[in-house]
Amino acid sequence: MNSAFKERKDRLQVFRDYREKLLSKPIKKMNHPDTWQCNKCESVFNYQEISKHYFVCPHCQHVHALTAQQRLDYICDENSFIETFHSLKRVKKSNFPGYENKILKLQETLNMNEAVVSGVAKIGTYRVALCVMDNRFLMGSMGEVVGEKITRHIEYATKKKLPLIIFSCSGGARMQEGILSLMQMAKTSAALAKHDEAGLLYISYLTHPTTGGVSASFAMLGDIQLSEPQCLIGFAGKRVIQSTVNEKLPDDFQTAEFLEKKGFLDQIVERENMRSTCIQLLKIHERGKK
Amino acid sequence: MSWSKTEEKILLLREKLENCSKEEASLIKKEIEQLKKEAYSHLDAWDIVCLARHPKRIKSMDLVESLFTDLFEQKGDRLYGEDGALWGGIGSFLGKPVTILAQRKGKTLQENMECNFGMMNPEGYRKALRLAKQAEKFNRPIITIVDTSGAYPGKGAEERGQAEAIAQCLKQFMTLNVPVITIVLSEGGSGGALALSVSDHIMMFENAIYSILSPEGFASILWKDETRVKEAAKMMELTSKDLYLKGIVDQIIKEPLGGIQENPNYCIEQVRQGLYEQLNKLQTQNEKVRSKNRYEKFRKLGACHE
Repeated sequence: MNSAFKERKDRLQVFRDYREKLLSKPIKKMNHPDTWQCNKCESVFNYQEISKHYFVCPHCQHVHALTAQQRLDYICDENSFIETFHSLKRVKKSNFPGYENKILKLQETLNMNEAVVSGVAKIGTYRVALCVMDNRFLMGSMGEVVGEKITRHIEYATKKKLPLIIFSCSGGARMQEGILSLMQMAKTSAALAKHDEAGLLYISYLTHPTTGGVSASFAMLGDIQLSEPQCLIGFAGKRVIQSTVNEKLPDDFQTAEFLEKKGFLDQIVERENMRSTCIQLLKIHERGKK
Repeated sequence: MSWSKTEEKILLLREKLENCSKEEASLIKKEIEQLKKEAYSHLDAWDIVCLARHPKRIKSMDLVESLFTDLFEQKGDRLYGEDGALWGGIGSFLGKPVTILAQRKGKTLQENMECNFGMMNPEGYRKALRLAKQAEKFNRPIITIVDTSGAYPGKGAEERGQAEAIAQCLKQFMTLNVPVITIVLSEGGSGGALALSVSDHIMMFENAIYSILSPEGFASILWKDETRVKEAAKMMELTSKDLYLKGIVDQIIKEPLGGIQENPNYCIEQVRQGLYEQLNKLQTQNEKVRSKNRYEKFRKLGACHE
């Protein structure tokens, strides 16, 4: 009898190991310098200190971009993030010269496969499906892989009845991949429609910059629309608008503050309150569940 | 000889045709036919862009007026205003009521201005959504006609939430409980065109184009060189054939040599036939099947593997 249990336990362990291997990719810790300089006011700080300040310059209050990994570290309960769909690849190559090589190079240097990291995590013990975009990867633009990853993840959230949080930052649809990247706008929005119909919560958190095809699809469809301070949010490029309308645009044009004033954001949330705001929202929606 | 040069030559021959004897006329006509055949049998991507933007090409309102009867225009989004770049309303198609949403550019300069050259503002997208919801209430199929170079990049458009308006169209057209059919007439540019293309069946005219942005924009953003438009057009794969192969477009409406303007009725008949068949098919389909098919149609675009 005992041996049968042991055998079963061993077999389970094999499955567990396999699952662990499948789900968690070893994260290469990025080396960082000891000091950090604000690229706006040029003040220099200790890296540890600025990291505690969420990369918001204590001197000029400029909000600096976070990498996907940094954001995950700030937002998730410790060691709770499990990455999904991290090895997606396109079936057909792009015919834009030099594009495939560029992707390979970026994958190598940034140690990520595309401009978005998706996964399941716990935030204040609430389980959530999470997508975080990273603008170092071709401006965080949305090509086929980004679209597919986000769509799969939304579908996963719908299936598992999980709330969804997407941190978007993107220049828009990825031009090098042509018409199919435009179609990702329809694809992601369609998946969100199903998530919505299932009565699940979607928090869209906009960060600098969210423009073009991403703002005109999943990023603007949240039940709750949040944003970081100072970030650029809009549809068309500022220069294009300037040349079309031929008049001076206000200084705060297309900023988060501008959008809040025009009624397109629920709130602008400071970075230090990012996690607590998410927890508050998750908590209140958990309670309201039927 | 390039397409544009042949076009010029044909024009000259046609002028000649007006004041010449009968014998000469038949010869000239033959020559025109020959030239046309040569020029239009191998068009490159840029030629098609030019054809799609041809000033004599029929406009969306021509299509609306010849396909539908009992037209009744419905203006305004009930929130902010009216957008001339989108004609919205009800009509009959072969005796059955439908809701029509047609992007329009206008024919004369005066009309162009009123229609903002076919570039929609947020109120246009919100009007589309309002009429689509109404169509759902009265169980009317929706026919959308796409003809725009893109959503309007204006100051007011941004203030009133262009991105949000487009995003809502993308999301809510997906869940509509009535058949939706799209006809891409000439030009379909970026999110502005996509917002009205979330449908069960997309027809595209042979010489129309549909792309992520204009070839000019593509060349200037990616190469900082607007003169490389021809190269850009080729690379972007924006013709009906390319899109049909990718599974984005379901049906191509054949055009006569020289474009729709040579024989509009030939094209309109095909559209009528296509609409009749598709509406019959979609209206008898189970609602769940229809909604699933629409989802799958977009879901499969840009397939990736692990």
